[in-house]
Formats: sequence, C-alpha cells, structure tokens
Amino acid sequence: MCLGVPGQILEISGDDPLFRQGRVSFGGVDREVCLAGVPDAQVGDFVIVHAGFALDRIDRAAAEEVFEYLRRMSELGREECGTGGD
Amino acid sequence: MKSAAPAGIEMAKLEFIDEYRDGGACRRMAAAIRGLVTRPWTLMEICGGQTHSIMKYSLESMLPECVRLVHGPGCPVCVTPVGLIDAAIELSGLPGVTLCSFGDMLRVPGSGCDLLAARAAGADVRIVYSPFDAIDMAQESRDSQVVFFAIGFETTAPVTAAAVLRSASSSLANFSLLVSHLLVPPAVEAVLSMPSCRVQGLLAPGHVCTVTGYEDYEPIAARHGVPTVVTGFEPLDILQGIYMCLRQLEEGRCSVENQYSRSVRRQGNPAARKLIGEAYGVVDSEWRGLGTIPDSGLELVGTLSRFDARSRFGVRPGAPGESTRCLAGRILTGEMEPDQCPEFGDGCTPAHPLGAPMVSSEGACAAYSRYGRGRSARHE
Repeated sequence: MCLGVPGQILEISGDDPLFRQGRVSFGGVDREVCLAGVPDAQVGDFVIVHAGFALDRIDRAAAEEVFEYLRRMSELGREECGTGGD
Repeated sequence: MKSAAPAGIEMAKLEFIDEYRDGGACRRMAAAIRGLVTRPWTLMEICGGQTHSIMKYSLESMLPECVRLVHGPGCPVCVTPVGLIDAAIELSGLPGVTLCSFGDMLRVPGSGCDLLAARAAGADVRIVYSPFDAIDMAQESRDSQVVFFAIGFETTAPVTAAAVLRSASSSLANFSLLVSHLLVPPAVEAVLSMPSCRVQGLLAPGHVCTVTGYEDYEPIAARHGVPTVVTGFEPLDILQGIYMCLRQLEEGRCSVENQYSRSVRRQGNPAARKLIGEAYGVVDSEWRGLGTIPDSGLELVGTLSRFDARSRFGVRPGAPGESTRCLAGRILTGEMEPDQCPEFGDGCTPAHPLGAPMVSSEGACAAYSRYGRGRSARHE
C-alpha cells in the first residue's frame, strides 16, 4: 500500500504549486504525476511516486551510502583478518 | 499495492531499484549480520510492504536462527475499520454515486459483504490507481457523485490532501472523500505498550517517514528502549536496516537511525506535511484488530469538511464487527505468526479470507500464504 516507485521527471507543467504536474518515466513507462509535494523538483530529478503523487526527491549521493557501507565493512573485515582478527 | 506499479515496470532496467536487489551485495550484508550477532533478538518490521519483501526474497533464510522477525500493523487495508468498509458499501449502493477505491480494498470483508460483492449486486464500484483519477472521473461526469475511499497512512494522506485541495480550488461539487487515514506512531506506541510485546528493535516505515520524517519515533524509541531504524523496501535496504538495528542492540545503544537516507530526511518533506495540515486535523481513530487509539487518525477540517462523504450523504460508520475466527489483532501486533493461527491455510486462504491480513497483498497472512510459510519454512 505504501509502495513508492522511483521515476525520473521528463517534463513539468503548471505554474500554481498545487496544480504542478510532471510527466515521469518509470524505466520507460511514462505517467502523469502530481508535483504539489515537491515544489523545487526540476526536469531530470528522480522522485519517489506513490498513487500518482511525488513524495519527495531522491538524494543521489545518499543512494550510494549502502554500497559505501558494504565497502567499509569488507575493508574492515580484511584488516581484521590481516591482524589476526583482533 | 500492486496496482500502483505501472504495467511492464518489472521488465525495464530501473535506477534506484535494481542495484538494491543485487544478490552479491545482499549476501555480503547477510554475512555481516551473521558476524555481528551473539544472542537472540526479536525485531518488528512495521510496514506491510517490508513484510512482503521479506517473504518475497526469503530474507529470513539469510539471517541467523536466533534473529526473529515479527510483522507489525503497517498494512492500511488490514487496519481500516469494518464500520468504514460498511459505510463504503452503503455509499456505493446510493443512486448516482460512483465509489472509487484502491484495488486491495475490494475484497476486504465488511460486517456483511465486501465491495466486490456490492459491485456484483449492481453498485458502481471502480478501482483507481490514484485519487486524481477519481477527480478526472468527477470532471467528466458532472451528474454523478464520485466518492474516493481515502484509506492509508501518512504516505497516502498528502496525496488525498492535494486531491481535495485541488477540488476545493476548482469548485468541484461532485467529488468527496470517505476518509480513513491512520497515523503510524500512535499504533507503534500502542503495540510496544502491550504487556505481551516481545519486540526489542524496530524497522520504521520508509515511505511514511519520507513524508513525516522520524522525529516522532525518537521519544517512542527512548521510552520503550527499542532501537529503531527507518528502513526502505528493497532486499538490500531491509538487510541493512536489520544490520543497523542489531548493531545498536549488540552495542547496548538505543536511538533512531536512518537507513533509507536516499528518500528520508529527519524532518520529512515540509511541503507534503503542509498539504496534510491544510486538509486534515488529528482525531482518535479505530484500528481494525487493535481497537481505538488516541490521536491516530485524520479527518477533513474547516471548509474542506464539505468534501466529507459521510456528512454529504448522511452515512454513519457502523459498530465494529469482526469474525471471531480471525485473530488479526494478535497477528498485527506480532504476538502470533500467521501460520500459528488454526484457520491459516484451511479455513482462511487468499481465495476465501476470513479477515483483512489474508486479503491485502501486504497482509502478513497473505504474504505467508503466497511465499510459503516464512520462518516455519526455514526450519523444515
């Protein structure tokens, strides 16, 4: 129910913030999305869409954090192995 | 729910999805969890979408035996009060009324029948992906009254708020909402306060927190000594959320951390919160299976109350009525696992559900039924 699907804004229309709409691509499938919740969103931004409404923009830098986390853990694992695990 | 994903979306390469389903990364995260855990722990994932992912990707099978996941009350379809479903059925039968709903609600039993049976009997019940589709319907057919059944948590509330604010702004007189929005933190507080509660750590719902942020979870975590991690929905998100939560438990810490930082900020999304604040006020609300929880629901306020379908059509939600054979309350609080219910798989199946958790694609009982028997399967 609280499903949110990431998509990229291709086009924005409407000046009134409440009626601002975007055409959003979900891996090639386009849909009209309400942008009333993301007043600063621009064409090219990725947003999380729920029931035809963009909940917020996706933070690209933060999206990499989990992979950085895994890299750090694996480096930590190697260091621990190299020093006898202490 | 399934209808929210545009057709064909699984076929294409999807940025911000596929990389979080990478098997190698998931196995490395699971190995880190196994290296971390020294004793038994019980965690609860609050959101039904997370339960669904856990079952779909068999994530429990990647965890140490001593880590136990129990499934929380975060399935809006499951906790929508029976009286509201009865009200929706009553509205759908009124002459000139079109009742629009998310697809999952159609098969949830009310006290008599469900919306699908009402439609079979001639009521005008339609499935929509979004309340904006219902607005389009109202604009195209001005001589009918279109009612949207607005169920859902804080994730869905800004969507219906924007819809009703747009309707007010364009003076759309034949659109209204049957509101059943519920707020997650009061329910989490209620579950953690139950004497039978065994939960030691929480995975908080990522899309609810995208809207609201997670400040409201901080006093709850502190009061109950339950470390909490705001967590996303892909397999790697969930495994990382579990890792972060277990790490707090193993280190004796208790705070609210954010795994789902690509979507969630501590203060949430101010614009979405503002939409909710303009349309709704907080009220006590009933939760199916859990009873009445103070300050846990929303209702339309001020001049927008003219868009409230209950007052527009004089429909009053009936008293709660529940199949005594359905143990939804004990399932939704994590006190009991679905396959421990005597009716599971025999008296209650997705084709013939006794209660809501077997209906919704995100209900714990439906997830157990669809993907095997969860934890029990691991031990077989």
